[in-house]
Amino acid sequence: MTYKADFRIWRGDTDGGELRDFKVEVNEGEVVLDIIHRLQATQAPDLAVRWNCKAGKCGSCSAEINGRPRLLCMTRMSTFAPDEVVTVTPMRTFPVIRDLVTDVSFNYAKARQVPSFTPPEGLKPGEYRMQQVDVERSQEFRKCIECFLCQNTCHVIRDFEDNKAAFSGPRFLMRIAELDMHPLDVADRQKAAQEEHGLGLCNITKCCTDVCPEHIHITDNALIPMKERVADRKYDPLVWLGNKIRRRGSGD
Amino acid sequence: MATGTTGPAGSTGTNAPGRAHIRARHLRTDRWWLSPAVTVTILSAFIVYSTWRAFANDDYFAEPYVSPFYSPCLASECDSMPMSANAPLFGDWWGLSPALLILIFPLGFRLTCYYYRKAYYRGFWASPSACAVPEPRGSYSGETRFPLILQNIHRYFFWFAAVVAVILTWDVLIAFRDEHGAWGHMGLGTLVLLANVLLIWAYTLSCHSCRHIVGGKLKHFSKHPVRYRLWGFVSRLNGRHMELAWASLFGVALADLYVYLVASGAFDDPRFF
Amino acid sequence: MSEVERHSYDVVVIGAGGAGLRAAIEARTRGLRTAVVCKSLFGKAHTVMAEGGIAASMGNVNSQDGWKVHFRDTMRGGKFLNHWRMAELHAKEAPDRVWELESWGALFDRTADGRISQRNFGGHEYPRLAHVGDRTGLELIRTLQQRIVALQQEDEREFGDPEARLKVFQECTVTRLLTVPDAGSEAGNRIAGAFGYWRESGRFTVFDAPAVVLATGGIGKGFKVTSNSWEYTGDGQALALLAGAPLINMEFVQFHPTGMVWPPSVKGILVTESVRGDGGVLLNSEGKRFMFRYIPDVFKEKYAQTPAEGDRWYTDQENNRRPPELLPRDEVARAINSEVKAGRGSPHGGVFLTVVGRMAGGTEEIRRKLPSMYHQFKELADVDITAEAMEVGPTCHYVMGGIAVDPDTAATPGVLGLYAAGEVAGGMHGSNRLGGNSLSDLLVFGRRAGEHAARYAEEIGEARREAAQEQLDAAEAEALAPFAVESAENPYTVHQELQQTMNDLVGIIRREGEMTEALTRLDELKARAAKAGVEGHRQYNPGWHLALDLRNMLLVCECVARSALERQESRGGHTRDDFPAMSAEWRRVVLACSIVDPDAETLSVRLTRGEAVPMRADLLELFERDELTKYLTDAELPGKDG
Ligand SMILES: Cc1cc2nc3c(=O)[nH]c(=O)nc-3n(C[C@H](O)[C@H](O)[C@H](O)COP(=O)(O)OP(=O)(O)OC[C@H]3O[C@@H](n4cnc5c(N)ncnc54)[C@H](O)[C@@H]3O)c2cc1C
Ligand code: SF4
Ligand code: SF4
Ligand code: FES
Ligand code: FES
Repeated sequence: MTYKADFRIWRGDTDGGELRDFKVEVNEGEVVLDIIHRLQATQAPDLAVRWNCKAGKCGSCSAEINGRPRLLCMTRMSTFAPDEVVTVTPMRTFPVIRDLVTDVSFNYAKARQVPSFTPPEGLKPGEYRMQQVDVERSQEFRKCIECFLCQNTCHVIRDFEDNKAAFSGPRFLMRIAELDMHPLDVADRQKAAQEEHGLGLCNITKCCTDVCPEHIHITDNALIPMKERVADRKYDPLVWLGNKIRRRGSGD
Repeated sequence: MATGTTGPAGSTGTNAPGRAHIRARHLRTDRWWLSPAVTVTILSAFIVYSTWRAFANDDYFAEPYVSPFYSPCLASECDSMPMSANAPLFGDWWGLSPALLILIFPLGFRLTCYYYRKAYYRGFWASPSACAVPEPRGSYSGETRFPLILQNIHRYFFWFAAVVAVILTWDVLIAFRDEHGAWGHMGLGTLVLLANVLLIWAYTLSCHSCRHIVGGKLKHFSKHPVRYRLWGFVSRLNGRHMELAWASLFGVALADLYVYLVASGAFDDPRFF
Repeated sequence: MSEVERHSYDVVVIGAGGAGLRAAIEARTRGLRTAVVCKSLFGKAHTVMAEGGIAASMGNVNSQDGWKVHFRDTMRGGKFLNHWRMAELHAKEAPDRVWELESWGALFDRTADGRISQRNFGGHEYPRLAHVGDRTGLELIRTLQQRIVALQQEDEREFGDPEARLKVFQECTVTRLLTVPDAGSEAGNRIAGAFGYWRESGRFTVFDAPAVVLATGGIGKGFKVTSNSWEYTGDGQALALLAGAPLINMEFVQFHPTGMVWPPSVKGILVTESVRGDGGVLLNSEGKRFMFRYIPDVFKEKYAQTPAEGDRWYTDQENNRRPPELLPRDEVARAINSEVKAGRGSPHGGVFLTVVGRMAGGTEEIRRKLPSMYHQFKELADVDITAEAMEVGPTCHYVMGGIAVDPDTAATPGVLGLYAAGEVAGGMHGSNRLGGNSLSDLLVFGRRAGEHAARYAEEIGEARREAAQEQLDAAEAEALAPFAVESAENPYTVHQELQQTMNDLVGIIRREGEMTEALTRLDELKARAAKAGVEGHRQYNPGWHLALDLRNMLLVCECVARSALERQESRGGHTRDDFPAMSAEWRRVVLACSIVDPDAETLSVRLTRGEAVPMRADLLELFERDELTKYLTDAELPGKDG
């Protein structure tokens, strides 16, 4: 089925911009990114958009469609009625570069603040032994394609620019959880999650989980378990006492 | 490569300097307000109903059924409820409704529950009402300060809630006796209490703190096969935590309402045997 | 010329895929100041798309595996055209490279005893591919990315600056390599750095460096139906050509047998080979497992002759032969092509691939083993692979050819200081690459390229020179040309026509007449590309970027077409309708392309014939003489007694 769709696309840069109207052909099975490409090829050759794989694997094409953070390449046109206006804007949490492209360097800066994987002293490559059940939790988090849609939608920084310094965002809080659950990581990450990465700012309202194109249960499997681990260390005198008596980390 | 990311301190919202300038606060076209509106409506209705019932201090016992709002009774001036949980720990100085003494625990449990937090932050605080819909305030500190930092003690409420669940289970057991204390009874009330307690258990066990305690805190599941299986079980329940939260909320309200109707004589408990 | 931004480094790595990142890690670990330059964001390179796994003979699942077996499989897969020394190094070093990833935080799927699990793949005799579900490339790139972050954190502690010795320049496209004259090299020059532009601002930048590693990946965007992303415009190949380094084996382009065919907008997107490795079978419209009819003679003894035997193999590999669905990719792609031509295709011009009822664990197991495939079909095609068959057909996937390199050092013979690794380099895979052999290739030769680039940069020391200003001016003028042309061609249209031409005329089955036609059309397209103009300004302007990429694609496609026309035999990724047989004489021929004049108005390539280096005797001994006779000329065969 081919029809003409109404698109409204934000065009502009740091100095300002506006939503512009386009009429463009849509064919069966197409995704929003196809339409953007058709616009580039026919009406707006300099329309800026970031993409790579067009298969939902690289996380480059993040934007907002009808106000919701989505991957352009994984949003099928069939989810809209033919007479529906489809509005596409850049992500609204990060500074814009041009048109649909934003500056996501915030995320790279945050990535660098998470201490990296720390294996036990003296364990040589090739000697690593891990059980499948022990790696599965972290594997879920490693599905992340770094589209930063979760970072974009999280109200902690979306609505409050000044929280950016204190808050690493769901993607990187999840990275901390990933390492904390890694069967061979020996670094202590729990207190830092709260004190340096702003886990306490998250009010578990789950928007990150809602938008994650990889369907990672960010809130349930990473953030809340991390909050519980932080509670063990910082807010639960009984656990603290118990650990004092048993000496941390002996059992498991 | 990239340029700086943060605007001048104090600037907030999606129109902070540097971000794409879009006049509309949000561009969502779906009915995003529906879910917070439903949350607010249902929670408010429950609060009104439970406040009335908790202060009523009447019609909470109809042999052999006791309302979950009043069990266990920690004050001494309760109706005598044979075999059920009369535990007058508080002695007789407590003058208000005994429900208040015990309701603190389930209330605290639900108030600090990770799911309910989401629901009321979204519904009552609009923080945020829906994803990508801006918050109506200028600053935000999440759960980092008093009082919200207290949410971290949820696990203690979990333990209390588990105790309450045990007592409510006992209440179901004794609901298998008739009004003379003889075993082998079952009325509609028994079933109502049974359904209620099952939902309570499912909700309580699906708790995130419970998931953490049974196994989530471990680094190596493989060294704790039993806890791993428990964790798997709780995780499956946990996946339905939201549904269980609502179902069990309706469950207690209905169970209490049922006891109220029977106790006040508005309704006759149908007996099966 | 206006002031341009300049950066000075010891080693500049162009490309941030598996090969580039591994090279950069190596150079930095050796203490050199290293830059990584890439067209897209850090962590988005094409390597993220790899699904199936990394081939390494760790022997975790079947302990009979070892480097020799892996080496043999690789040579067989490449139909003996591979540079044997690369295949040898690759087979020997791959396990170490995989283990090293684990020590940097990678989490592969595990065996019951806690080692890295390995899966079956086409052409590999034993389960050999280390994997994470079907997102192995993502794991690889994320691990390397996080390793780079770890090194930067080290530098931050040591120097207070995380980028003191290793910096990533993302969304920066290199358009020319810079050189200075040097009598010591074949092309008479050596590397002085690279010239590029920031995609974001459109401003130019120069990297001064004595050593450059090219790791820019493939050329798939020259073809219409491809599993490759926009990045695959053959930049590295073209940069090397223009700097004076030759390309080899460019006629060998791998068409992966299973790409999506429907809906049109996703046509070409890959359906991973693990679908077949884990039990999936190919059916034609009559519901027949047609692959049994397409087992070529060279593989007759290695593959099951009946579906029953093939099915038994999944559980008992000792006593059964593998099903022919797992033949090397070129064989399967040709078979699908023939079925479709014979009118036994699926409704949208492919064949059926199904896993329904093929896994013991049913629906549950399908979703666990092939999560991203499940996801991909569900979201893009509305097909539930646990209940329905997929429709698949060949898609342009990988180029075996590439920059000629020294097997041990990854240095190009043409230009001093220029190194190449990964898909951009040629030789390792011969005429056809086995699945999983690319990711290991990236790591093995990425590391080697990084090491030798670092050594070279250290050796050259004070003798390093900056490129002459004229080179920078010329590079700048070339890049700005699209803004100046009048009567502009639309670069998007030129690109589409190029893709159509390559797909139709130099595609999976090739004929002399068609390829001659293709070369004529390429000439026309070159003329039109020279007139490709752009609107707007330089800031993040995709029309401009494409106009610049056209030069590279056209050059590389010309190499493919010329080499393909020349090689009069069929082998691996090169199938000639008019020369269907494989020829032992042609096996010894290496076709090389080089640039006629890098500064000419219209760029063109020239073809030369070289001779393959004979395989070392101890490696020849790893094969049965019977098998060797299928590939080698009599003169090349080892004597009867040894
Ligand atoms: C869908 C798919 C699935 C695959 N699955 C497998 C598999 O299971 N196993 C396997 O072994 N192989 C697989 N492959 C092949 C393998 O992924 C690739 O061959 C490999 O990733 C190439 O890596 P690379 O490091 O050479 O380059 P890439 O990862 O492609 O990186 C190229 C880099 O170069 C940069 N670049 C390019 N041009 C320029 C320029 N002009 N200036 C600056 N930077 C530039 C790009 O930005 C990018 O960072 C698959 C390929 C595809 C397409
Ligand atoms: S759950 Fe927490 S991290 Fe996720 S979007 Fe909500 S506040 Fe942000
Ligand atoms: S967690 Fe999900 S939403 Fe967030 S960056 Fe990763 S893939 Fe994107
Ligand atoms: S383009 Fe890669 S995720 Fe959309
Ligand atoms: S009860 Fe909801 S999380 Fe504990």
